[in-house]
Amino acid sequence: MAEPLLRVRDLVTTYPIRSALLRRKIGEVRAVDGVSFDIARGQTVGLVGESGSGKSTLARTVIGLEQAEAGSIEFQGTELVGLSARQMRPVRRDIQMVFQDPYTALNPRLTVRQILSEAWRIHPDLLPAQDWDEEVRRLLDVVGLDPQYADRYPHQFSGGQRQRVGIARALAVRPKLIVCDEAVSALDVSVQAQVLNLLDDLQAELGLTYLFIAHDLSVVRHISDEVIVMNRGQVVEHAPTDQLFADPQHEYTQTLLAAVPVVRPWNQESAA
Amino acid sequence: MTTETAGVDREVTAAFDTVKRRSANAAGRRRIVTCLVIVACYVLVALFGPMLRKYDPVQTFTQDRLMPPGSTTSQGLALLGTDQVGQDILSQMMLGARVSITVGAGTLLLAGLIGVTVGLVAGYRGGWVDAALMRLADIQLSFPSILLAILIAAVVGPSVVNVIVVLAITNWVTFARVTRGQVLTVKNREYVDAARTLGAGHLHLALRTIFPSCVAPILVVATVELGHVILAEASLSFLGLGVPTDVPSWGSTIANGRDYLGDAWWISTLPGIALAALVLTCGLLGDAMRDRYDPKLRSL
Ligand SMILES: Nc1ncnc2c1ncn2[C@@H]1O[C@H](COP(=O)(O)OP(=O)(O)O)[C@@H](O)[C@H]1O
Ligand SMILES: [Mg+2]
Repeated sequence: MAEPLLRVRDLVTTYPIRSALLRRKIGEVRAVDGVSFDIARGQTVGLVGESGSGKSTLARTVIGLEQAEAGSIEFQGTELVGLSARQMRPVRRDIQMVFQDPYTALNPRLTVRQILSEAWRIHPDLLPAQDWDEEVRRLLDVVGLDPQYADRYPHQFSGGQRQRVGIARALAVRPKLIVCDEAVSALDVSVQAQVLNLLDDLQAELGLTYLFIAHDLSVVRHISDEVIVMNRGQVVEHAPTDQLFADPQHEYTQTLLAAVPVVRPWNQESAA
Repeated sequence: MTTETAGVDREVTAAFDTVKRRSANAAGRRRIVTCLVIVACYVLVALFGPMLRKYDPVQTFTQDRLMPPGSTTSQGLALLGTDQVGQDILSQMMLGARVSITVGAGTLLLAGLIGVTVGLVAGYRGGWVDAALMRLADIQLSFPSILLAILIAAVVGPSVVNVIVVLAITNWVTFARVTRGQVLTVKNREYVDAARTLGAGHLHLALRTIFPSCVAPILVVATVELGHVILAEASLSFLGLGVPTDVPSWGSTIANGRDYLGDAWWISTLPGIALAALVLTCGLLGDAMRDRYDPKLRSL
């Protein structure tokens, strides 16, 4: 338990700025600019910050969708920065992502069964083909969907149901860390609560670790053990949730807290 | 607050769209089915027609020359008349349908294979590979395609395979462009990232994740192109640069009848009508499919 599951040090990720005419690189955006933090096993770490503060970029770098420019990402003691795509493959299974937009995160041409079995097609050693049907049924059950929906296409589901399919897809490879990038932001409030509760239950059952990104503080407060506050690509504050909400240290955090517009119904139990 | 209602709004809008679309769909489906039935008739005639009547291209029947449609000849009833050497027009047209359909299908397969591969590679890989392939396509497009076909046909000589190759060379660009465009719109969708996150390799991403979304626009383009290709084959054969002279194509039959338009209008006119009807049907089918499956392609 001493070693954190994820250990990020001085991480920098940049995007090139290209000239409109010749597409030559004329500068760069440092979207993540020297970020360090640890995530312990079984914890949920919330990541907040206003839009454009680099949360998604940080998540995409951790998950290997963007190249880190500098710094280190250690996952279970293995350094991920600098690994080739081939070397990344086995590690990729352990870190999965739930995406923001339930409308574009699922391939519209595939049925739910095909979407879920994609993981096993990519990693054939994970599950023999004759067990796929059974596992699809089990996964749908786990995320609270009727297993009979397996042969439906994504457009036949509501936003909340699609997000459940997205969660099931992430679970298909039996990951240890799940990054949720604004995973509930596109859902309406009651559905948000259901999905958050599902994530909570899954964590208790499967011992998952979450990096939970949201721009909505009340959502983060509900689910997180610790909160990281990001601004302009840098971490400005990292504290246990209760402490951060009770006694924000950094000025930027105070501004964020002051801007929380509504009290969500499910926060009453966590506040009590 | 906007984020809370965004999902609901979107679903409500989607529901309204579905209702509106449903009535348009029934009409659209009728158009598609009608066109498909007509094309299927041509295919059936091309497949089985020539079996009903034997046709020998080198034979002549001088006593049956230039008989109008419905005449009885030494060979039997000439339903659509005879040409200047006494050959039956209907037999020629049925064989012509075979040539048109073969060339059409062969060209689409070959051009589609080349074009879709190029489009997938260019769109997926991006960067200099994309730039190089698309410049090649631009160069290809800047040649008037029928002129290029004439040039190549004149060099390699007439044969059905050559016609297919020539027309494929002049037609792959459309497939490449449409595929590339679709790849570019799809490749940054989150589900592609999701597959990448699962550890999918390039081949899996390109073929299993991205390609399925390209199929509809490719089919639409293929239908529209089918008409163009059939017309191009007829043009080449009309000029004597298409299929060999012993294979009766609509183009060559039309050319044969040119000198007799005054006394025997049927020689040129009837294959011309068959050709026009098929090309028109392909165009209508393409339009109907585009409206139904891919309204974005409307500018094509
Ligand atoms: N693909 C990209 N190319 C160039 N700049 C980008 C790209 N994605 C994000 N950025 C920039 O990086 C910064 C951080 O973006 P992002 O990580 O999406 O923030 P957040 O998720 O916190 O809203 C922003 O300034 C954004 O404009
Ligand atoms: Mg974001």
